[in-house]
Amino acid sequence: MSEPQVFERIRDEIGKNDVLLFMKGTPVFPQCGFSAAVVDVLSQLGVKFHGVNILVDPELRQGIKEFSQWPTIPQLYVKGEFIGGCDIVREMFETGELEQVFKEKGVALAEAA
Amino acid sequence: MGKVATTIDSKLREAFSPVRLAIEDESSKHHGHAGWREGGETHFRVEIVSQAFEGKTRVARQRLVYAALKAELDAGLHALAMETLTPAEDAKR
Repeated sequence: MSEPQVFERIRDEIGKNDVLLFMKGTPVFPQCGFSAAVVDVLSQLGVKFHGVNILVDPELRQGIKEFSQWPTIPQLYVKGEFIGGCDIVREMFETGELEQVFKEKGVALAEAA
Repeated sequence: MGKVATTIDSKLREAFSPVRLAIEDESSKHHGHAGWREGGETHFRVEIVSQAFEGKTRVARQRLVYAALKAELDAGLHALAMETLTPAEDAKR
């Protein structure tokens, strides 16, 4: 019963958004190079995603690190599954694995992205 | 090597017995960004080649690295870009 209250909100966000990026700044104005890199990858794939700016929410900023057991931002979730941070997303994009993940999970990609 | 880099180096060697380990201080590239501070040693890139990663997912590997450096992350190490490879994966590159 010692679970932080913010976990409930995090689960709710993850449940509501097929592709969810916890990031610094917004998709239009990322405020960190690592967040910007993930936004860039998702844009190149033509994936619709929801960005959550953790900079404006200290409780969430700390909570997401504990929730994911991952101490850094950005963090990408696809259909409830934690995919990883910037390095992992970039690496999976380069090898084509990321596109595969989206396809397997039934997430729409833009044609000829 | 700076003080933080030296600590990272010794902790990663202890945790992973890497066959190759490279640590790069990228702090100066992030001048003025969030997490940057005077004196640097806030942003690092590490490349670790270790048998310890065999059979583990990317997420699991990076969690191991984060766990090994928890004290440093709590003390102001702000960003850790990493490549985590097994010797077999490294040989294929």
